[in-house]
Amino acid sequence: MKIFGINLPMMSSLIIWAVLWEIVGQLDLTILLPPLSSIVSKMFEIIPTATFLVALGETGRAFLIGTGAAIVIGVPVGILMGQSILIDRMLLPWVNMFLSAPLTALVPVLMILFGIGEKTVIITTVLFAIWIIVLDARAGVKQISPSLVEMANSFNASRWQSFRKIYIWAALPEILAGIRIGFIRAVKGVIIGQLLVSIVGFGRLFELYSANFLMEHFWAILLVLFFFAFSIAEALGALERRFSYYASSR
Amino acid sequence: MAKFLTHPRTLKILSILIVFCAWEIAGRIPVSPAFPTFIETMKAFGVMLTDGSMLNAYPETLKPLVLGLAISGVLGIGGGILMGLSRRAEWFCAPIFIVMQSAPLAALIPLLVMAYGIGLTSKVLVVCIMAMPVIVLNAFNAVRHTPHSLVEMGASFQGNQKDIILKIIVPSASPLIFAGLRLGASAGFIGAILAELLITPTGIGDLISFNQSNADYAKMYAAIFSIIVLAIAFLEVLERAEYTLFRPDKRVH
Amino acid sequence: MNTAEKIVSLEEKTVASVPAVSVKGVSKVYPGGVQALDNMTLDFPKGELISLLGPSGCGKTTLLKIIAGLIPATGGQVIVNGKPVEKPGDDRAFVFQDFALLPWATVLRNVAFGLELKGVARSEREEIAAKYINSVGLAGFEKSFPHELSGGMRQRVGLARALSMDADVLLMDEPFSAVDEQTRRKFQEDLIRLVDVEKKTFIVVTHSIEEAVYISDKIALLLPRPSRVSEIIKPDIRRDISSDAMRRDPAYLDTVERIWSSLRSYVE
Repeated sequence: MKIFGINLPMMSSLIIWAVLWEIVGQLDLTILLPPLSSIVSKMFEIIPTATFLVALGETGRAFLIGTGAAIVIGVPVGILMGQSILIDRMLLPWVNMFLSAPLTALVPVLMILFGIGEKTVIITTVLFAIWIIVLDARAGVKQISPSLVEMANSFNASRWQSFRKIYIWAALPEILAGIRIGFIRAVKGVIIGQLLVSIVGFGRLFELYSANFLMEHFWAILLVLFFFAFSIAEALGALERRFSYYASSR
Repeated sequence: MAKFLTHPRTLKILSILIVFCAWEIAGRIPVSPAFPTFIETMKAFGVMLTDGSMLNAYPETLKPLVLGLAISGVLGIGGGILMGLSRRAEWFCAPIFIVMQSAPLAALIPLLVMAYGIGLTSKVLVVCIMAMPVIVLNAFNAVRHTPHSLVEMGASFQGNQKDIILKIIVPSASPLIFAGLRLGASAGFIGAILAELLITPTGIGDLISFNQSNADYAKMYAAIFSIIVLAIAFLEVLERAEYTLFRPDKRVH
Repeated sequence: MNTAEKIVSLEEKTVASVPAVSVKGVSKVYPGGVQALDNMTLDFPKGELISLLGPSGCGKTTLLKIIAGLIPATGGQVIVNGKPVEKPGDDRAFVFQDFALLPWATVLRNVAFGLELKGVARSEREEIAAKYINSVGLAGFEKSFPHELSGGMRQRVGLARALSMDADVLLMDEPFSAVDEQTRRKFQEDLIRLVDVEKKTFIVVTHSIEEAVYISDKIALLLPRPSRVSEIIKPDIRRDISSDAMRRDPAYLDTVERIWSSLRSYVE
C-alpha cells in the first residue's frame, strides 16, 4: 500500500496501533490498558526474575513434551492412514470429529483422572495439536503422485529406498504444514490447560496477577507469550517454505 | 461380502462400536474410580434429558455462544470482505488479525473478567475473541484470491461495482468464508466452555462442576458428552447449509 | 506466386466501408518496463474473421484485451464503429481462454450472465440465453453446472454467453486451446458456419497456424515483443467444399507452409 508514493511494508500498521495503545494508556482511558511503554519496561523487569523463569520453564516443558508426543504419534498414524484404506476409513471420522470438537470440555475429566498438574496440561496440549498433524501427514501421503510410485518401481527400488528417497520428500511439505499448525494449536492448548489447572506455569502467574490487579505485569507476560507464539509460527513458516518450493510442481 | 465389510459406513459404525466397547471395558476394570462405563454415562444422559436439568442448563450456555457467534460472523465476514476489497483497510487491520491468529487468546479471559465482570457481556466477548480472527482472515483471503479471470469477465460485460462484488466475488469466496465460519464456530464453542469453566458456571459448566463435586461422574461425563455432540452436530449443519444454500457445486457426497 | 496474397494495407478495399475495429499506433508498456506492444496499426474489416497469429509472447492477447477495453493502452487509440475505446461496451463481447464461467451457476444462468449484468429482466434474458444455448448445441444442459461438463462444452457456454450480447464485434482469446484435438477441429468447422450466419466481426487470437488458415478470412501475423504486424495474409481457400477436403486443399497446405517459414525464424 502506498502513502504519498512510498511503499509501506506489510506489518507496519502495527506501529500505528502501538502508538494508539500508548496514547490510550497515557490518557488512562481504561484500567485494562496501561501505556505500552510501561508494559515494555515491566517486561524487562520481570523476565530475569525467578518467578517468571520458573513459569517459563514449566510452560516450555509441557509445550515441548506435548508437541513432541503429538508429532511422534501423529505423523506415523497419518502416514498409516494415507497408505491403508481400511485404517483410514475407521479412523478418519474420529480425527475429523476431534479436530473441530471443543476438546476443552474434556479437561475437567483429565483433571480427575490425571490430577491437577503438569500431566493434565501435557495431555491437553497433545489433544489440541495431534489431529491436524495426523490429517496433514495423511494428506501428504495421499497426494503422492502414482507416477512417482511407478517410477520407483521401474528402477527396482527397495521399499526402504523408495520411502527414504522419494516418499518422505514428496509428503514433506504437507507434513510440515501440519506440524506448523499443530504447534500453534499446541500453544493455545498449553495455555488453556494452564488456565484451567491454574497452579502451574503461566496459568498460575495469570491467576496471581489478575487477583491483585497487576495489569502491567499481566500484559507483560501476555505480550511475551504472544511474541513467542508468533515467532514460533514464523520460524516454522520459514522452515516450511524452504521445503515447499517444489510443492506445487509435484 | 468383502465389499460390505470394507464399506466406509460399515467401518465407521464398526469403529464407533469399538470405541464405545473400549469405554465400557475401561469403566468396568475400572481404569479409575472416577471413570464410569459407557452404559452408565448414557443412562445418566437419558436421566438428565428427561428431568429437565439439561434443558434448563443449555439455554444459559447457548446464550453467549449464539450471541458471540452471530456478532463474530457478521462483523467478521463484513470486515474480512472489506479488507479484501480495500488495500487500505488491509494494510491497517490485517496485521492485527494475523498476530491474533497464532496467539493463545484464551489468556485474555482473566482481563475480560476484570473489565466486564462475570456476566453475559464478558462471556459473549470471550466467544468473540476466540471466533473472530479466523473468520476475518478467511473472508479476507477468500476475497483477495478471487480468480482474476472471473472479475475480468464481469468487467467485460460492463458489470457495475456492486454486481461484481455481490454476484462474482462473494459467491466465489463463499467456500472459504464458510470454512472460516466453521473454524470460528469451533473456536466459539471452546470459548463458551472456557467462559463457563473460568468465569462462572451457569449452564453446562454448572452441570459439569456440580456433578463433579458430588462425585456423580456418570452425570458429569454425560454433560461433557452432550456438549461435544452438540458442537459436532452444529458444525455438520453449517456444512450442509453451505452447499444447499450457496454452492451446490461444492457438494462432496 | 502461390494462392495466398500479400496485402499490406486494407485501405484498398473496394467498397468504402468503415472498418469495424481500427487500431491506430497502439503501444502498451507494463509497469516494470515490459513493452508488449509498440506502435501497432491494424484494421479489421466488418463481417470478417481475422486471426491474430504469432508465437507466444508477441502481445496478441494484450492487443485483444485493449480492443475489448479491459486493459488501457499506453499510447495510440482503438476506434470501434467510429468511437474510441476506453472501456468495455455494448459493441464488443469477449470469449475467454479459460472460459471464465461461474462454477456455482447453471449453464442457463452463465449464458444469461452478461445480460444479467446489463440489467435485462429475468424472463427476457433467460429466453435469449435458451436460444443461444440451442444454437451452440447444448440444448438439454440448461440446468447443468460447469463442473459436470466437458472442456468443449464449457467453451461453448462461454461462446453462447458472448453471442447473446448481440455485439458487433466478437473477441476470442485462444478459444480452442484448452480443448482436445478432435473437439477443436469440430469447433473450427462450427465457427466458420457461425461467422456466415451471424454476420458479425470476429477477431480471434490463436497460436495454431492450421487453425488460423482454416477459419480466417484474413490472418495478421504478429511478431514477438515488441509486437508489430509483419504481414497480413488472405487465405484464398474455397469454403464450399467439405471440411475434410478443405484441409487437404493445396491452397490450404501451401498457406500453412508459407506462414510457418515466416514464423520459423522467430521460434528458433
